[in-house]
Amino acid sequence: MPDLLLELFSEEIPARMQPRAAEDLRKGITDRLVEAGLAYEGAKAFATPRRLALHVAGVPPRSPDVIEEKKGPRVGAPDKAIEGFLRGAGLASIDETEQVSDPKKGDFYVAKITKPGRDAEAVIAEAVKAVVESFPWPKSMRWGAGSLRWVRPLHSIVCTFGPETEDPVVINVEVEGIASGNTTYGHRFLAPDAIHVRRLDDYQTKLEAAKVVLDPERRKAIIETEAKNLAFAQGLELVEDPGLLDEVAGLVEWPVVMMGSFDEAFLQIPDAVIRATIRANQKCFVLRDPATGDLANKFLLTSNIIPDDGGAAVVAGNERVIRARLSDALYFWQTDQADLPDLAELKASANKLGLDLAKPLDQRAARLDALGVVFHAKLGTQGERIARIAALARTIAGEIGADPDLAERAAKIAKADLQTEVVGEFPELQGFIGARYAALQGEDASVVATIEDHYKPQGPSDSVPQDFVAVAVALADKLDTLTGFWAIDEKPTGSKDPYALRRAALGVVRIIREHGLALALPQTLASQNGIDAAQTDDLLSFVTDRLKVALRDEGIGHDVVDASAAAGQGDILQTAKAAAALSALLKTDDGQNLKAGFDRAANILAAEEKKGTAVASAVSADLFDQAEEGALHAALNEASAKANAAVAAGDYETAMQALATLRAPIDAFFEAVLVNADDEAVRANRLALLEGVRAEISAIADLSKVEG
Amino acid sequence: MTTHNDPTRSFQGLILTLQQFWADQGCTILQPYDMEMGAGTFHPATTLRALGPLPWKAAYVQPSRRPKDGRYGENPNRLQHYYQYQVLLKPSPPDLQDLYLRSLAAIGLDSATHDIRFVEDDWESPTLGAWGLGWECWCDGMEVSQFTYFQQVCGQECRPVSGELTYGLERIAMYVQGVENVYDLNFNGREGADKVTYGDMFLQAEQEYSRHNFEVADTAVLFRHFEDAERACRQLLDAGAPTEPGAEHRIVLPAYDQCIKASHVFNLLDARGVISVTERQSYILKVRELAKACGEAWLQTRAGGHGPALDTQPNAA
Repeated sequence: MPDLLLELFSEEIPARMQPRAAEDLRKGITDRLVEAGLAYEGAKAFATPRRLALHVAGVPPRSPDVIEEKKGPRVGAPDKAIEGFLRGAGLASIDETEQVSDPKKGDFYVAKITKPGRDAEAVIAEAVKAVVESFPWPKSMRWGAGSLRWVRPLHSIVCTFGPETEDPVVINVEVEGIASGNTTYGHRFLAPDAIHVRRLDDYQTKLEAAKVVLDPERRKAIIETEAKNLAFAQGLELVEDPGLLDEVAGLVEWPVVMMGSFDEAFLQIPDAVIRATIRANQKCFVLRDPATGDLANKFLLTSNIIPDDGGAAVVAGNERVIRARLSDALYFWQTDQADLPDLAELKASANKLGLDLAKPLDQRAARLDALGVVFHAKLGTQGERIARIAALARTIAGEIGADPDLAERAAKIAKADLQTEVVGEFPELQGFIGARYAALQGEDASVVATIEDHYKPQGPSDSVPQDFVAVAVALADKLDTLTGFWAIDEKPTGSKDPYALRRAALGVVRIIREHGLALALPQTLASQNGIDAAQTDDLLSFVTDRLKVALRDEGIGHDVVDASAAAGQGDILQTAKAAAALSALLKTDDGQNLKAGFDRAANILAAEEKKGTAVASAVSADLFDQAEEGALHAALNEASAKANAAVAAGDYETAMQALATLRAPIDAFFEAVLVNADDEAVRANRLALLEGVRAEISAIADLSKVEG
Repeated sequence: MTTHNDPTRSFQGLILTLQQFWADQGCTILQPYDMEMGAGTFHPATTLRALGPLPWKAAYVQPSRRPKDGRYGENPNRLQHYYQYQVLLKPSPPDLQDLYLRSLAAIGLDSATHDIRFVEDDWESPTLGAWGLGWECWCDGMEVSQFTYFQQVCGQECRPVSGELTYGLERIAMYVQGVENVYDLNFNGREGADKVTYGDMFLQAEQEYSRHNFEVADTAVLFRHFEDAERACRQLLDAGAPTEPGAEHRIVLPAYDQCIKASHVFNLLDARGVISVTERQSYILKVRELAKACGEAWLQTRAGGHGPALDTQPNAA
């Protein structure tokens, strides 16, 4: 069966978009083939910086005819109905239809419409045009005077189709003046001439001869192998970097790896800074000494050409840029450890925050305050914010058993690196670099860890801080941000969360849970940033929502979390534990029946309350006249006492087990007792008993919030 | 070519070579705009001429000022005043990449020896309300140019699309001359007593302007200038507004000058460190609003494609 070869040749496609684009091309074309009834055997897409290519193997030359049955009106229906049916089915006369008998509905007309199959060529031509015109690039553009959108200007289209044994045909497609053909081009510099191609095998071979490696996986393998060989030859080891490898493979059609070096003096800069410099700016790999693990003063670049001078100019050029970049980095690294020029102007800030201006990082912390850099127009300056975080960190540290002095100290210098040159250049090193400077000025190890980790967790895959001082500061930082934005009523709405408040709240939830912290959030939040009681409640429910998201991944429904909120009393850890215990209970028979009994009690109460039926203010044992009443009452008192004691001890499993014991007496009660007794006093007493059941269970687990 | 105009030995030779190259491609060679601006893109020959349907091909050197980049002449790579070489072709021709590569070859960067790369760059100028897609062009790992297909300028869709090339002249010159410090660049291509370096021309200026930009510029005056420019821009646009529907706008270029001015004053204030992160946004927005208003007005002028000039074109739909 014939194969399809498609190539979309353009100006340079951003490396990060290539893999997705290849996949979108494959899906776009093959989905349309399948939709048209063309079942193919296999498809593979490729991307280079200048082309997307697709090979679809085994496409039938024509799709099969399809017979569609269209049910019409019954025999003898009015003419109008029959005319409409014929028109809709595209038939001229009722003779062209068949009559079908149905035992229930009688005889009716059926039109059998044959949809003839289509030539694959026609389907492909349409599919290619449609895919090109509606390609899901993350960002696309127009060029020249046209209106077609592509990631960068599209220049040519190869579209051939045919069986292996014959010369394939060119399927004619025209998209805004670009007509398809069988011509492509080799490497931009090494072999720019036109190439005529027939199908995948000669396409790939001819491209390779024209210095284009079509398959990105092969380009990656070449780069990796060459890089490792070059490293090995120097007794070094490649610092592997899969993200960088992906990117570099998307920047070249013909990878040639070369080694360059830089002055050893630069090795005094922390490895992470060197690596960030060389990686981010130059897309080069770094190397290390396998014996010590330390970075070597070498790097590997991936050229897109085979230079006519053997690579001297390319290596020298890259070395030159890296030298300039590392000079900057070294300058930043050293400047950050030296005194600031404006120390005199920092005294007031230093006094205010209790900072020691003899230390470089303290100077930067003071500067952050002295500059009056605004954190947010309504939330004051960074300096004010740091003072708030430090005070809150101190409080939290006391509550969770961390050293309050260290927490306060760490909070005061945790953001100081925002004023360093290195972070100015590499924002992604914030925290990390502050910690290095803190270590250099002799800070406590916990303070160093805090500076590095207090932004954590920065995403679902990031870990939470481990050191408890860091935990205190991380919580204080996030809670100050949350209360601040709640106080000024700038909460996330829909998909808009410009200050990443959801991430902050989820961070709070994760830190508390993963460390099992007993932290009474309502009290901790109270009056931070001057939020009032209503705002506090709203914020707590926002945080609880994050807990729901986290628990949902663990198989605990949001309704169960809602039902457990009463027991948790705003304490994340307790709510989570209560929800886990309740969720487990609800998976048992006892739990399900308890829920059914609870609902029944609640429904009766609701109905009677609506009617205005009297409910006794307290249950009176004297008014019981059936054993099941007394039994339920006793069981309720016992279970409630047990459950409340267990909740107080944080033992939610025992609490839930205690509630579960109510299942039998509740069932027995409903089985034997008619709530709606004739005697008004008895009825009021029975209702009071049910009210007791509802209230006592709800205090531990509000089952009314659990969805059926 | 005379030695002193060799682009690999002389800064001015580099400029002259580019001028010659792009003149040969049919560009009108313009002179720098006579105002302080952050980049060659601000020149009305780019911002305004990129708008509207009329074809346009121009190239020019634009002195560019980025007050914050001043380093008192102590950094070998950073300057608060430098030169950009700017090319604008509207509509962007299909062989623009090839033309660009040929221009590099003309100044001594041959793609057989040098690794030239087109690396993704989404260009955006928040102050100009402009964006485009294209690349940073790398030569042996160094960014030497920006290559952009304008999609929007002054908040207006670009139809047709212009191709913009911006060469970082100092960087390229340092590379082809093989010097590590910008101040060591040979400016005039002469040797011995006749040699004039970049440092001879600009070192003192960098020192003085750095003091000005970071320490001395009077911020109260600058804040006032900003407001004045903003007001003047709007007043001029109002004064020149079409008197009847379909009539031309009559005062766009002078209004746009005020927009350029506001942008530069903002950059100075920013360098002085008196604009907070949050205020920054609002200043950028203010300049963008001016740019948008100017762009809209431009489209109502003859050069912006409005009126008879367009109607008389036989192919105009």
